[in-house]
Amino acid sequence: MAVVTLNVNGQDVAVPAGASLLEATRAAAADVPTLCHLDGLNPVSSCRLCLVEVEGSTKLLPACSTAAAEGMVVHTHTPRLREYRRMTVELFFAEGNHVCAVCVANTHCELQDMAVTVGMDHSRFPYQYPQRSVDASHPQFTLDHNRCILCTRCVRVCDEIEGAHVWDIGSRGGHCHIVAGLDEPWGQVQACTSCGKCVEVCPTGALFRNTDTTAEKQPDASLPALLRSARDQHRWHNQ
Amino acid sequence: MTPTPPAAKLRLATVWLAGCSGCHMSFLDLDEFLFDLAEKVDVVFSPVGTDVKIYPENVDIALVEGAVANVDNLELALQVRERTALVISFGDCAVTANVPGLRNLLDGGHDGAKAVLERGYLELADATGQLPFAPGIVPELLPKVLPLHEVIPVDLYLPGCPPSAERIREAITPLMAGERPVMEGPAMLRFG
Amino acid sequence: MPSPVQVRCCDASGCRSAGSQALRTALEGARDAAGLDPSQLTIKPVGCLRQCGSGPLVACDRPGRTQLFGGLAPEQAGALIAETLANPADDLAAHRIDLEGPFFALQRPVVLEGCGQVNPESIDDAIAFGTYAQLQRILQEFTPEQVRDEVRRSGLRGRGGAGYPTGLKWDTVALQPPGPRYVVCNADEGDPGAFMDRSVLESDPHRLIEGMAIAAYAVGAERGFVYVRAEYPLAIERLRLALQQARSRHLLGNHIHGTSFNLRLEVRVGAGAYVCGEETALLLSIQGQRGMPQPRPPFPAQSGLWGAPTLINNVETFTAVPAILREGGDWYAAMGTEHSKGTKVFALSGAVVNTGLVEVPMGTPLRTVVEVIGGGVPDGSPIKAVQTGGPSGGCIPAERLDTPVDYESLLELGSMMGSGGMVVMGQSTSMPEVARHFMGFSVNESCGKCVPCRAGTVQLAQLLDRFVERRATAEDMERLDALCQMVKVTSLCGLGQAAPNPVLSTLRWFRHEYEAACREPSDCVATARVR
Repeated sequence: MAVVTLNVNGQDVAVPAGASLLEATRAAAADVPTLCHLDGLNPVSSCRLCLVEVEGSTKLLPACSTAAAEGMVVHTHTPRLREYRRMTVELFFAEGNHVCAVCVANTHCELQDMAVTVGMDHSRFPYQYPQRSVDASHPQFTLDHNRCILCTRCVRVCDEIEGAHVWDIGSRGGHCHIVAGLDEPWGQVQACTSCGKCVEVCPTGALFRNTDTTAEKQPDASLPALLRSARDQHRWHNQ
Repeated sequence: MTPTPPAAKLRLATVWLAGCSGCHMSFLDLDEFLFDLAEKVDVVFSPVGTDVKIYPENVDIALVEGAVANVDNLELALQVRERTALVISFGDCAVTANVPGLRNLLDGGHDGAKAVLERGYLELADATGQLPFAPGIVPELLPKVLPLHEVIPVDLYLPGCPPSAERIREAITPLMAGERPVMEGPAMLRFG
Repeated sequence: MPSPVQVRCCDASGCRSAGSQALRTALEGARDAAGLDPSQLTIKPVGCLRQCGSGPLVACDRPGRTQLFGGLAPEQAGALIAETLANPADDLAAHRIDLEGPFFALQRPVVLEGCGQVNPESIDDAIAFGTYAQLQRILQEFTPEQVRDEVRRSGLRGRGGAGYPTGLKWDTVALQPPGPRYVVCNADEGDPGAFMDRSVLESDPHRLIEGMAIAAYAVGAERGFVYVRAEYPLAIERLRLALQQARSRHLLGNHIHGTSFNLRLEVRVGAGAYVCGEETALLLSIQGQRGMPQPRPPFPAQSGLWGAPTLINNVETFTAVPAILREGGDWYAAMGTEHSKGTKVFALSGAVVNTGLVEVPMGTPLRTVVEVIGGGVPDGSPIKAVQTGGPSGGCIPAERLDTPVDYESLLELGSMMGSGGMVVMGQSTSMPEVARHFMGFSVNESCGKCVPCRAGTVQLAQLLDRFVERRATAEDMERLDALCQMVKVTSLCGLGQAAPNPVLSTLRWFRHEYEAACREPSDCVATARVR
């Protein structure tokens, strides 16, 4: 197996050729934060939390979608990266309606955890209180747009893993929102198989089971990676 | 033998703005630590510790619970800042506006107060519904509920809904010794 | 044969909105009334005659003399016909535009050489003007390598704004592993104040097609698309007509000029998203998907439409190609500066006497463009700043007007070449208001994919509101600086990365106006006058 060696935060690591920079930073136990990324789904580089500095590059590079290359010298936690990450998480909180105390995902929310990770004790940006809706038309699940951070994990898991492509994105800018089918009530979209993968991979309380109330959502986001390796490498979880 | 004069105690205030008082309940959950605290501080203003009605001068530390939602909250917040050395945003309502801030979602964010009053007192009322109007007695709602730091400068943020008694203790213990607490990690920071 | 005496009437969007169609109808009536037929006096619709602000524009040709008139009403048609026939009519003097004046004399039309000369709806006219001659020549005489070599020698760089060397891009596409390739023309000109590409599409579409065909031959593509924004209906109509005409003359299709070269070109109409001018978003849109930028690499030259190597250039870049092949790459490279060769088309507008299209050699001082060619501010007052690059660019202050216009100099000033929009600003313009205007544009046009652009621009616009409304604090200033940097550095695509530029450049050159907004209102420029 071909490998590339690179240096992450002063530590030399070797990863298989073709691995992402994110995998390389994990090999160095660098704990690069991610929100939109999920193992098993194609990267979209939209949350910008995994941006790292690579010596010789004038731009910050998203670790999730940048290939690790031989000889790279990578810094993952410089002061400016820490500051940008905190600002990014503040922008996430400020653009939605995130009220952790009354959320189904309280204590199991990746955004809530990310605020801790980046040291966000308050938002310096005023909360926007956008007018967003809740789609409770599906018999088993609910979509609360107020808590959506547009990571598109649901869009990707439904398209790439389930193959149903129920979800997509509508509108633009701050008005962007996840749409079901052709922007229909979720419960009316016949393509939906009710598999629940979107609910499991949702990092916040935007997608949840109707039976869950405050702090009861306990998602399992490991499924896409398991299914991907099962399909691609014929390696099954129980083998 | 003359007793040594006690070292000057810190003057501590706790303030209750637009919140559910859960943060104060959590403060009371400090249990026996409250005795240690009483050795070091004078509680000069607090809905759970004194019967003082006017926010006093020369306060060293104030724990301010709740968002700023009405004109009384606003007036008190400004007094607190004026008369306090170190203001702590105490709990998620003070830090983010949290649940009281949910009314900002109404009326397109322009005048959530009007929307919530009309809903509560007119739309859901029987035939005799009327908007409350008692100038000087019932404080008027502000159009928008604000976190404390959007009204006055805040020195320390203590998130949580409520912050646990342990988190409160870990935050104020260093302050007793004149040091800033390190607000890092899940024990000290998590919202909700 | 066209008569040696002719009247060319601008029939592009700008002059149409000034009434050029009614004027042309009146001219035809006046010709008939004078007892002349088209063989004696041709009245020809043409494309942009460049001084758009004086429209409707009409050029009158007699052997040895060409005159240009602007702002004529249909009632003056008879006088103009008389004038053309060498009977000087005094009442037209006020409408005569001096072709020897600096607006025209200092220009160097290369891309625009056919604009205002050819009838954009006639392939015969285009062919008579020499269009498609270079395509025929290179198909018969040049290898694709020789074509790319010529383009490389010309030093041509991408005219869409980023300035990537065109020859290098063509090589990159051509040298990919064997397989299908595509050529794509980015005609999604979306910057406010930019109308260069629209004018070319409306005025000389065959030249663009020729340029694309040459490019397709050079990189080995057999299929291509022109992606035009829906807001350009006339451009779309003329381009479609031109493609149809070219197909019927076998200048597109299979075995062009009897060679093995095949090319299918299609128009794709955008749906109103500014972000689709970003190349990765544009390519997704062509494929029928939501136009959202993708991380690069892979670059479109490696993996573009349907995963195939794709050459994407803008209208002006492709349109410059036929002239480069006709005159040679060295001829083109002799114009311009060391790193920015050739000519550039600018759309001049704002507080300037001569509004319109300007094509000048690279390296021409900004002052020459806005003060000499443009004629300065109409009331004679000094220029305050020049905005280039639209919502991705910045404001260049008056004291830097002697800067030569090229890619590097404008970047160094905190602005950018952009596609070529150039907006002149007078003394009464408030810079925080300018910044807020462009930030509002970015808020509306952010695709919403990455959070710094989606949410950061919203916060920036609100911060700018505080300055415009004079309620800003010193902390707002710090926050503005910090958030601009963050959005610039962390956004996914070029549009997000450039969205803070109008703020950063005005903060750099006009910081005092922001500071004044933090203090007494009377210290700031009277913004009331701007509106």
